[in-house]
Amino acid sequence: MREISLHILDIAQNSITANASLVEITVDENKKADTLTVIIADNGKGMSEELVKRVVDPFTTGRTTRKVGLGIPLIKMAAENTGGSLKLESELGVGTTLTAVFVLSSIDRQPLGDMAETMLGMVTSYENVDFLYVHKVDDNEFMLDTREIKKILGGVSLSEPDVYMWLSEYLKEGESELINKEV
Amino acid sequence: MKSLAELQAIRNKTINNVVMRKEGDNIRIVIGMATCGIAAGARPVMNAFMEEISKRGLGNVAVTQTGCIGVCRLEPIVEVYMPGEEKVTYVKMDAKKAVEVVAEHIVNGRAVNQYTIGAAEK
Repeated sequence: MREISLHILDIAQNSITANASLVEITVDENKKADTLTVIIADNGKGMSEELVKRVVDPFTTGRTTRKVGLGIPLIKMAAENTGGSLKLESELGVGTTLTAVFVLSSIDRQPLGDMAETMLGMVTSYENVDFLYVHKVDDNEFMLDTREIKKILGGVSLSEPDVYMWLSEYLKEGESELINKEV
Repeated sequence: MKSLAELQAIRNKTINNVVMRKEGDNIRIVIGMATCGIAAGARPVMNAFMEEISKRGLGNVAVTQTGCIGVCRLEPIVEVYMPGEEKVTYVKMDAKKAVEVVAEHIVNGRAVNQYTIGAAEK
């Protein structure tokens, strides 16, 4: 993986597989603390304490077709390479929260990458799942809540051409505005 | 700047078309989006398919994701299911090839042979 946004796309798939109905994705870039924190929290089926300990091992997977799973080990490595850390909390029947802290100024920190593209792919591919996306850069914030969007749409699909294009623009503008405010 | 008010207007405009689109034979485009696919570049491929299909207003095409298809070294992999035809598997895809597949295969009905798994494995 070359970008943090690709790790996020990958990890959020785990939430979908765990039958989550709401996935909350937070990206928090904080210059003062020199951290970039990624939080992916879902209300899926959760994991047992024993499984939580095992999933950071590449030879653990929820799949039955083979014996390896690399999603969590890869983001853990990417965070730890910067001097950061990975925390995984889960409760059966309640959900799972993954927190990855990257050291913002570390030379080994991957770029955040294209969050607009990651979110666009997620929200339009899994319409029966709701997403709350919050991206903070110091004091500025961009947010997308699909519950709010779906309320407006009242049954019209997110992948309806005009809606899809609006969503794409909305995300791109929101993200680029965050960066521009920085400068 | 895009606003939620604008979305409301789009909704009111499209609500009538939606019912019509649901009918008829559906084409399916399935993209491998497991760790291997994403690392190899599946995300821009999926968004390119979605965008091209939106631009062309192809209402009978569904773009969906799947897990690992099983040939990680050939990712990003895309499978196209046309009604009544055999599945076509495209390998080592990128956004540019995706646009081409929409034009040639989805619209004109001719599979793009040089991007298929058959061509890659020769």
